[in-house]
Amino acid sequence: MSFLIRTKKKFSRVIRALFKKKQMRIGIYGPPNAGKTTLSNRIVRDWTGDAVGPVSEIPHETRRARRKEGVKISDENGNSITIDVVDTPGVTTKIDYKEFLEYGIEQDEAIIRAREATEGVAEAMHWLREDIDGVIYMLDSTQDPFIQVNIMLVGIIESRDLPVIIIANKNDLPDAAPGRIKSAFPQHPVISISGLEGNNVEELYEKMIEYFG
Amino acid sequence: MIQGVQIDLISSERLENLTKLEKVRLILDEVMEGNVIVLEKGLTPDEQSMLIETTMREITPDGFAGIEMETYSAGSSEHHKGGLFGGLFGKKESSSGRLTVIGPANQMKTLKKDKDLISTWVSSR
Repeated sequence: MSFLIRTKKKFSRVIRALFKKKQMRIGIYGPPNAGKTTLSNRIVRDWTGDAVGPVSEIPHETRRARRKEGVKISDENGNSITIDVVDTPGVTTKIDYKEFLEYGIEQDEAIIRAREATEGVAEAMHWLREDIDGVIYMLDSTQDPFIQVNIMLVGIIESRDLPVIIIANKNDLPDAAPGRIKSAFPQHPVISISGLEGNNVEELYEKMIEYFG
Repeated sequence: MIQGVQIDLISSERLENLTKLEKVRLILDEVMEGNVIVLEKGLTPDEQSMLIETTMREITPDGFAGIEMETYSAGSSEHHKGGLFGGLFGKKESSSGRLTVIGPANQMKTLKKDKDLISTWVSSR
């Protein structure tokens, strides 16, 4: 009898494993200082009570792609998704350790930071080409979208046919103009939020359930 | 001896038979020697991404600091159809590259970038 029960349980586990939907990996991409880590921290803190990484004014504070697994987001109607949140370094084509010296960082530390930052950008590129299932594309709504948007990132998102939500971040600032970002991307959902203050993040969560679910 | 910077204008024909990796290596070898290159047709987003990934692995303190790379965004006709980037999203053929300029980050600086103009400044080493 116990043999039958054990066999049945084992069989059920195999069936569940076979048909279980893969947990989507959602990459948060965007230019340096757009607020990627601030938003990652907010999402992870709101739904797990944890955090992803530190935030600062120094460029390349996020120097490695950081993943928080199994973040479950739900709405009032009982709909939910479970995702991996991947916070990525800002995409850049150049890194010079001397930039960090301007922020009062010692040379040895600056060289280490620069090396970590190069590794992080390389990782972020690799993740986007190979392992990301959906993208939250962060833009700073106080800046001109034309200057910020990385055509390469948009091209990869397009060629891989990845679902994407565009964020017009920093709507708490007086010179925020999320309308410019909305008019630049009329074919995609653009959500105006403040990752720092939490303005309108509920709309983002609803859209994430709809788009990534 | 005249001081200056070598600028290579590479035709699309020269690149089209190369693999992604060969293209990336060709570009990076040129740029690491201090040359500026202009690609007639540019790179696909995937190739650009590989170029950035490889560039990052070549950066060294007080040595190679990376690249400056500029290309045009969506074509002007696409702007009218759906915003600045609406035409790029959802339009596969736009993924193929357009004229692109690439140079060493410590010698080249983009002065102005508009939808139909890229203005760069280049210094000799």
